[in-house]
Amino acid sequence: MRRNPIVREISDLLIPAILLFGLYVQFHGDYGPGGGFQAGVIIAVAIILYALIHGLERARSLIPDRVLRVLMALGVLLYAGVGFASLALGAEFLNYSVLGKNQIAGQHLGIFLIEFGVGTTVAAVLISLFYAFAGRNSE
Amino acid sequence: MRLRSLFAAAMLTGIYSLLSAAFFVLLDAVDVAFTEAAVGAGITTVLMLGTLALTGASPEDHEPHRVQILPLGVVIITGAMLVYATGDMPGFGDPEAPANHHVVPRYINESAAEVGPPNIVTSVLASYRGYDTLGEVTVIFTAGVGVILLLGRRRREKS
Repeated sequence: MRRNPIVREISDLLIPAILLFGLYVQFHGDYGPGGGFQAGVIIAVAIILYALIHGLERARSLIPDRVLRVLMALGVLLYAGVGFASLALGAEFLNYSVLGKNQIAGQHLGIFLIEFGVGTTVAAVLISLFYAFAGRNSE
Repeated sequence: MRLRSLFAAAMLTGIYSLLSAAFFVLLDAVDVAFTEAAVGAGITTVLMLGTLALTGASPEDHEPHRVQILPLGVVIITGAMLVYATGDMPGFGDPEAPANHHVVPRYINESAAEVGPPNIVTSVLASYRGYDTLGEVTVIFTAGVGVILLLGRRRREKS
């Protein structure tokens, strides 16, 4: 596939658009369909497409495995950390209302942070899965 | 009917996911449809094809062609019981259904004041059901760790 110039050029045009769409889905999930889960998948898809077109080694040098391992743990930690932050501020675990000036602001900040955590973990895990599967293939 | 080619089976699973996504759109569940299209039809198909490339796509064909009575019976009986059970379910979209009475009125009426986002699905997933979503993310994280431990180590041992 990567020797076909049409596939390569079109993919190179599409990858930035896919990444941008992923960010849109991530940060617009409050207003339309979407959220961290879907955004994480879309961003992972963009990286997987890059790996399919330019080869696994170039994708691995773009986003190395150890970065992915840190990111996938950081996402979960961010989510749980928001829970503990609300616990420390005197509310129940994951009750974001105390995080901001008023209830709505607190909920907004909490949802923003946990969706970001979800997106980070999902994207990192899916790219890692692809690396793990495709990496054994080439040996 | 029997499909021997695993490649075709993987592609059919992807097509089925895409059709389910269209079905969810018809049910006005766009968030679910989005996830189904991205995960079911997209990533899962890629990972299935990756697995096929690793394990070899053609299954060994030494199994004789004969109908197995016991599994067929179990499947038919289970299916018949499931179809029978649907008779007790409330009608599609019935406003009197128990599922539309428990917490749903609160989500629909109060979530704008209590949580904020216009997309109620986001309010439910991220705020009201925050524990569940944290659990789901932990499951994904654990699955990723498992795959890395099982498949990702060979490189390091070699070098």
